[in-house]
Amino acid sequence: MAQPDPNQQGEPQPRELRPAWSLPAGASADITLPVEWPGEVTRDWAWGGSTGGGVRVCILDSGVDREHPLVGGVHRAVAVSIGDDGETVVEEDNEGDLCGHGTACAGIVRSLAPDCELTSVRVLGAGFTGSGDILLAGLRWAVEQRFDVVNMSLSTTKRQFAGILHELTDRAYFRRTVLVASAHNMPVESYPWRFSSVISVGSHEEQDALTFYYNPDPPVEFFARGVDVEVAWMGGARIRCTGNSFATPHMTGLCALVLGKHSDLTPFQLKSVLYLTSSNVGGGR
Amino acid sequence: MSDELKAAVAAGVVGSQETFRKLLESVAEVARAIFGATASSIFLLDEETDELVFEAIAGYGADTLLGQRFPSSTGIAGWVLVTRQPLVIEDVTEDPRFAKDFAEGTGYVPKGLMAVPLLHEERALGVLEVLDRPQRSQFSLVEMDLLGLFANQAAIALDLLRRARHAEEVLAESGDGADIVARLATTVENLEDERREAGLRLLASLDEVLKSNEGG
Repeated sequence: MAQPDPNQQGEPQPRELRPAWSLPAGASADITLPVEWPGEVTRDWAWGGSTGGGVRVCILDSGVDREHPLVGGVHRAVAVSIGDDGETVVEEDNEGDLCGHGTACAGIVRSLAPDCELTSVRVLGAGFTGSGDILLAGLRWAVEQRFDVVNMSLSTTKRQFAGILHELTDRAYFRRTVLVASAHNMPVESYPWRFSSVISVGSHEEQDALTFYYNPDPPVEFFARGVDVEVAWMGGARIRCTGNSFATPHMTGLCALVLGKHSDLTPFQLKSVLYLTSSNVGGGR
Repeated sequence: MSDELKAAVAAGVVGSQETFRKLLESVAEVARAIFGATASSIFLLDEETDELVFEAIAGYGADTLLGQRFPSSTGIAGWVLVTRQPLVIEDVTEDPRFAKDFAEGTGYVPKGLMAVPLLHEERALGVLEVLDRPQRSQFSLVEMDLLGLFANQAAIALDLLRRARHAEEVLAESGDGADIVARLATTVENLEDERREAGLRLLASLDEVLKSNEGG
């Protein structure tokens, strides 16, 4: 018996049977958005009432001190290292934070999204040599784990890693993992913040954690609080720091808040919401 | 490579290390002065040992810390190197462990510090730190940009120093004595008028003696 020609059928094919790059006539009803988009996107619509509950956030950094009161616990912690055979290994991590950077970032995310689920992926702290391979392996693991948001307050200048990083950030983008990466204020090429599939963050000088600006002159896309920020520090202490490293987790926290309320948003939609609610766009409403 | 070319390369290499080190010290000194800081340090990453080395220091510690080493991913300089991100800390003494570690390493506990990675092309070469600039109500991003400009200068100087050091090592390892000849030439070149002439006469005599021995 001849197979029926799908083009002759009155009913369009189920979405999962169609190639993802085409939209046959009559199938548009299948791609209605799960999120009801309002006429005006306000901050109240975007994250009003959200505490980041149910959102899985990854801190790709030097580890996280789970005992620090500003961190408020960590769901899981892994460490990436280079094994005896020269291959990278991802193992459970019981050492916490080796230098304090990851703990500082985790505390900022927690301050904005108190109910998000934090996972630490330690890629820094084991020496400079091999740190590029470890960073790549950590990011690859985070993308495979399908975290909702990954905070990357770090970058690499090695061009040999740029291509693979680009592939990974694109894969994350299409798998609905939002990468939030620190930008550089120095005249060098570094990655992955320069890629358009990530949310890149620089600092502004204001003291409000919810003040953030869209930059119409990329590659840096957003400016968040990064000057004189009180952060969690080693040994349960707190300290005041300045740097894009600390602006980045502010945007990560905001992403977690929005996704806590609108879990179906794609990275593109989330970035659009951030644009529409930026302090220099519609954030005042 | 011809002998003439070898000699020319050797002459270019010998002595340049010291010049580049002075350039690096000058960058550290200007950074300290511009920010009105107590001290400023430049660390070089030794990739072979995976350590950071105090390479140039202006202000406190200049006579004691030069050449000291520590693991590349520890301390504030380590963070900055591995994250490639500049960092400013207002009051490090709030962390007793940090203060203790720092004091044990250097004998000096700064209150605040600015640290920036030294990046040249795609390499991370080291870190520039500025310690204890005067406290202001709030750090300004303009200062961060200024720090970035100094970092660029320091990175270039550090790259020159690293290359000169490597070239001198290659020269010394070549085993044909080219480094000794080049060093001698540089020394004579740097002498003042009369001593230089005397040095040249001495070398000319030495040349004649060696040639006559060759012949006989």
